[in-house]
Amino acid sequence: MDRGLFIFFGCLLTFTSAWLGLVLAPHLQLGELEPVAASEVAAAYPRPRTEEEEQGRKVYQANGCIYCHSQQVRSGTFGNNADIARGWGTRRSVPRDYVNDTPVLLGTMRTGPDLANVGRRWSADWQYKHLYNPRMMTPGSIMPPFPFLFEVRPVGETPSPDALVLTGPWAGTLPAGHELVPTPDAKAIVAYLLSLDQSADLPEARE
Amino acid sequence: MNSPPADPATAARAADARRAIDTSCRGPVLTYLASATFWLVGGSLFALVASIKMHAPDWLGGPGWLTFGRVRQTHLNTVAYGWSSMAAVAAAVWMTCRLCRIELRYARFLTAAAWLWNVGIAVGTVGILAGYGSSIEWLEFPRAAPPILALSLGMAAAVVIATFLRRREEHVYVTQWYVLGAFFWMPVLYVAAVILTREMPVRGVVQASVNWWYAHNVLGLWVTPVGVGTAYYLIPKVLGRPVYSYYLSVLGFWSLALFYSWAGMHHLIGGPVPAWMVTASIVGSVMMVIPVGAVAVNHHMTMKDHFRELRHSPTLRFVVFGAVSYTAVSVQGSIESLRRFSEVAHFTHYTVGHAHLGLYAFFAMTMFGAAYYFVPRLTGVEWASARLIRLHFWSSAVGIMIYFVSLTVGGWFQGLALLDTDVKFIQIVRETVPYLIGRSVGGTLMTVGHLAFAVLLVLNLLGKGKPFGETQPLAA
Repeated sequence: MDRGLFIFFGCLLTFTSAWLGLVLAPHLQLGELEPVAASEVAAAYPRPRTEEEEQGRKVYQANGCIYCHSQQVRSGTFGNNADIARGWGTRRSVPRDYVNDTPVLLGTMRTGPDLANVGRRWSADWQYKHLYNPRMMTPGSIMPPFPFLFEVRPVGETPSPDALVLTGPWAGTLPAGHELVPTPDAKAIVAYLLSLDQSADLPEARE
Repeated sequence: MNSPPADPATAARAADARRAIDTSCRGPVLTYLASATFWLVGGSLFALVASIKMHAPDWLGGPGWLTFGRVRQTHLNTVAYGWSSMAAVAAAVWMTCRLCRIELRYARFLTAAAWLWNVGIAVGTVGILAGYGSSIEWLEFPRAAPPILALSLGMAAAVVIATFLRRREEHVYVTQWYVLGAFFWMPVLYVAAVILTREMPVRGVVQASVNWWYAHNVLGLWVTPVGVGTAYYLIPKVLGRPVYSYYLSVLGFWSLALFYSWAGMHHLIGGPVPAWMVTASIVGSVMMVIPVGAVAVNHHMTMKDHFRELRHSPTLRFVVFGAVSYTAVSVQGSIESLRRFSEVAHFTHYTVGHAHLGLYAFFAMTMFGAAYYFVPRLTGVEWASARLIRLHFWSSAVGIMIYFVSLTVGGWFQGLALLDTDVKFIQIVRETVPYLIGRSVGGTLMTVGHLAFAVLLVLNLLGKGKPFGETQPLAA
């Protein structure tokens, strides 16, 4: 192996083989996938996200939620059907669930639970409190708190309708005459979380 | 390897030639290594913050830039691109000049590339902390950074290839194949991945396949070839004996090139992607036993009957630790890619332990060994303290073992519990906490090792130490 060109072409060939197999082939198979069309009974799925939900996706990305949360329900034949049995979804996730997502946020860790269908599990109110400090809603949780998504401000003439009602050890931690309100980023990420819902029945997801 | 010269005059000429080569690459190689060490220390501190936050989530919980998700991205990117990649360039450039028997001609150009790379990492790091991270694993830097990094990487690759083309030594040693492969693959891989995930993203889950094709190949086609190539250079060099088998090294190289590049999709096992993709990657991952076996046998047979040298040579100690870890992590990876195994291990801390066995126990340790060998030869100054070198070795070695065992055991229990739907999720979280504390302990020790290494390097660069070569070298 004393020839530079030989090494070069060998490297090119092996590298290209994997690119063709792992990038081009999936692209040819899935790159043209579209949402299922709207019919008279149901809207197109997945629906395009609203501007606020899209903004919330950015907050999700910026704060690295994917390093602890996946967004993929695995088939009932994989891993003891645990994903569905834990209530993380009603069916497995399929490529079409993600056609509107750039980047796609499948995740590779489950330090926290899967979020593919989290929009069906919790209310906006729960999400706000949980984001402010997860241990207010789930004692023992190791999720980081996100106080920087909230603002402490003096109560105006009328209390803000979205002010958080703090409970447990957090009740009474605000200075007198102040209230805790979500910032636009907090509202956006909650809107995004509430939009996560893969319950639509897709033919290719049936097993 | 170079056969020992016959008479003293030839030997002296060869030594002079080596010194001239070492002097020629001194500026850029030391710039790369010092920068790498800076990012290593910074990246370790971010790692510690992230690790402690996993069992003390309210610690430093206030400001956005210190939130876990950003600190973790910062850790990965500073150690992968700051430390690992810059150390890789330093070692690769030096070995290329030595093995081509030619002085480095483009020293200033390469030093500029190093500073450009530093700018890219700094921009990316600040961007992530400020909330512009992309959450595409291994490509988290905001969009401003990749063009800078790609340019710098291209410059470094051009220097390596140009030096190779001007080589004086006709024989192309196995290390050079690996280095050439790495410097050909990585720039293409990086640019392709950035374009297909960021600039002209492919649709939906195809992004995930590009993502893992890239991220796994950073290990397989960049870090691994440089690490294995370094071990191939230094083990025979320190022992003064040839590599056991030429044919095994050829087999090892080509099978790595073919199979490693296919391995990435096992990160998507069970996920919403076509099963054939994952299956193709499982085949690639399992076939990796061929290159790994070839390298392991080759290194072991070279070392055979010379293990006593480990006591005297810190370089050898680090590099052999790295080489053994390479075998371990690769065999583990082949097993881990199997579906039945992944049903438990996927999505757990087990994977994180595996990743550190590769990038740290194998690669970082090998790079430390290389630095202990080449720095005194470039600066002409011997290492200031044998005690600090020992401290570095033992705290890094013990640290990574604690780290690995904690996460492997904890991750496995976590994986089993995740499959048992009678166990509540929060219960699993609580039960993993002791293992996460174990990880922080291991990580602290590793950081202590890095600080010792940084102190040694700074002292050496400041010229504090005996002149190299006059006394029995500490770090042969």
